[in-house]
Amino acid sequence: MVFGRLVNVMKLPLKYTLRNMWTRRLTTVLTITGLALVIFVFSAVLMMAYGIQKTLVETGSEDNIVILRKAATSEITSIIMQDQANIINALPNIAKSIEGKPLISNEIVVIINLPYIKKEGGFGNILVRGITSEGIQLRPQVKLVEGRLFQWGSREIIVGMNIHTRFQGCNIDEKVKFGGDEWTIVGLFDAGGSGFDSEVWGDEVQLAQAFGYAGAYSSIIAKLERRDGFDEFVSTFNKDLRLQTLEVKSEIKFYEEQSEVMAMFIRILGIVVTIIFSLGAMIGAMITMYAAVSNRTVEIGTLRALGFRRRNILSAFLIESFALALIGGLIGLLLASILQFFQISMTNFGSFAELAFSFSLSPSIIISSLIFSFIMGFIGGFLPAVRAARLNIVNALRSA
Amino acid sequence: MAIVSVKNISKSYWRDSLEIPVLRNISFEVPEGEFLGLMGPSGSGKTTLLNLIAGIDQPTRGTITVANTDVTRLNESQLAKWRAQNIGFVFQFYNLLPVLTAFENVELPLLLSKLSKKERREHVEFSLKVVGLEDRMRHYPKQLSGGQEQRVAIARAIVTDPTILIADEPTGDLDKTSALEILDLLEQLNKEFKKTIIIVTHDPRAAEKAHIIKQLDKGELT
Ligand SMILES: Nc1ncnc2c1ncn2[C@@H]1O[C@H](COP(=O)(O)OP(=O)(O)O)[C@@H](O)[C@H]1O
Ligand SMILES: [Mg+2]
Repeated sequence: MVFGRLVNVMKLPLKYTLRNMWTRRLTTVLTITGLALVIFVFSAVLMMAYGIQKTLVETGSEDNIVILRKAATSEITSIIMQDQANIINALPNIAKSIEGKPLISNEIVVIINLPYIKKEGGFGNILVRGITSEGIQLRPQVKLVEGRLFQWGSREIIVGMNIHTRFQGCNIDEKVKFGGDEWTIVGLFDAGGSGFDSEVWGDEVQLAQAFGYAGAYSSIIAKLERRDGFDEFVSTFNKDLRLQTLEVKSEIKFYEEQSEVMAMFIRILGIVVTIIFSLGAMIGAMITMYAAVSNRTVEIGTLRALGFRRRNILSAFLIESFALALIGGLIGLLLASILQFFQISMTNFGSFAELAFSFSLSPSIIISSLIFSFIMGFIGGFLPAVRAARLNIVNALRSA
Repeated sequence: MAIVSVKNISKSYWRDSLEIPVLRNISFEVPEGEFLGLMGPSGSGKTTLLNLIAGIDQPTRGTITVANTDVTRLNESQLAKWRAQNIGFVFQFYNLLPVLTAFENVELPLLLSKLSKKERREHVEFSLKVVGLEDRMRHYPKQLSGGQEQRVAIARAIVTDPTILIADEPTGDLDKTSALEILDLLEQLNKEFKKTIIIVTHDPRAAEKAHIIKQLDKGELT
């Protein structure tokens, strides 16, 4: 709206604005740099939050359901007792595997500690999943890329690509010590950029023994016969009093929720930081624009004498600061978009385990960043533009 | 018929509550096609008088009529439009926009008109031809001499075909030769194009070109 009206009263040509910016290119570059930095940080933070969400949401699949202890935000804080698991495994409407067994997987999840390859002396948390053959069928996006699957009944494991590339000693044939035993890595898997890439998988029975988890599970994953059978399944589930401490969620929703806390935290922190930064950039833009007005006082008086209105002057200066902001915004975005080629890892607040993800750009991030830069341009340019528009013609001409 | 009619004009500025009278009860008329010279010592109110006639300042008392329009009765936005159509300004320091070429500077007042791009170009080229700078259209002010800059400014002043040309010490910043060229040009505009010109000057040669000279002293016509 503001912009549309601006164009309407934009009697002075755009080249007038651009050439003035070029004439004082040093201050222009400095001002644009400040604005670009703010937009870089702003969009980088949003890209990070979005990257986390995307990674976690891609982890879940549409057809799967997850059963956890009520109020557990992750598998780590969840516990399901053996008798409850037995009831759940006998519930109707669960899809069948190729062998005709119900596609349901009772799993345990533990966190272990391994040294990073990069950070000297640093250790990171890794999520180890005790899985079943049904559990593997439930995650078709996970593909072995090297070696083989662990043998059931043996102390063998397979590791996700992010674990392989980030942690010491996570190569095929190497042994990893945890749970009072040594585990041989026999395969590497790729989970297509989802959260499973940051996991280690082994036989559920072996891991349960090693960690003393007998008679309990962390979570149960299952696939329903029909996708629209979810509500029916939930109501059957909720009717059973013995299952009242537990909760059913769609897998997608479970991972969405897990990503929300973390993404929200990053967003809020990031936005607070960038707003503080942006004060500096806006003051910079304001100083630049005030200087532009005072350097061009006679020029403004001349234009007014020739018949240009106050609003023509106002728009010329506002557009100048919008142009600074737009260029700064685009440069900031361009720099931030390079981040897409980098992967970082962070502790997932939900599971306390390492999660690798990429900065990820979306149309809405581009729009938010450009809106943010326009707001900076407006706040930085408004008062100087008003001063320019309010100059008295005679006094402006006299200031030669 | 007088094209400019100044009646009982007074103008004061206030510094705090102290009234500083600049013009006292001035009346005169300028017939159409006149070349009027305004002379007087520095600070006598010449620029102030020009500003009032040009409609960029308002008198404290009195009325000014230009081509049958009472300028003192127009509001700010009407005045802006009126200036664009009726007044051509020539300043002592040319007041060209440094980031625009000669062509673009001359085109500026036309951006407020309804002319098409093509019509604007024709008008600008014609004006620049009149001032003899058709070969400098793409030059920026800093690539021109003072005299040339003033000629571009004159082209800008006449491009809208205004009712009157107002020139405040147009040769004040120029060497002798350039000053003469500018004065000849103004004379030519007055003779050939029948432009009404009001010029403030200290230059005796400028005074020679003028048909009538009015002397201003301490805010009064003598
Ligand atoms: N905006 C203003 N505020 C206060 N005093 C002014 C203002 N403009 C002009 N004056 C005073 O009015 C007097 C006449 O100024 P001016 O018209 O510029 O004279 P001239 O052009 O003849 O040199 C001067 O004394 C000047 O200081
Ligand atoms: Mg003067």
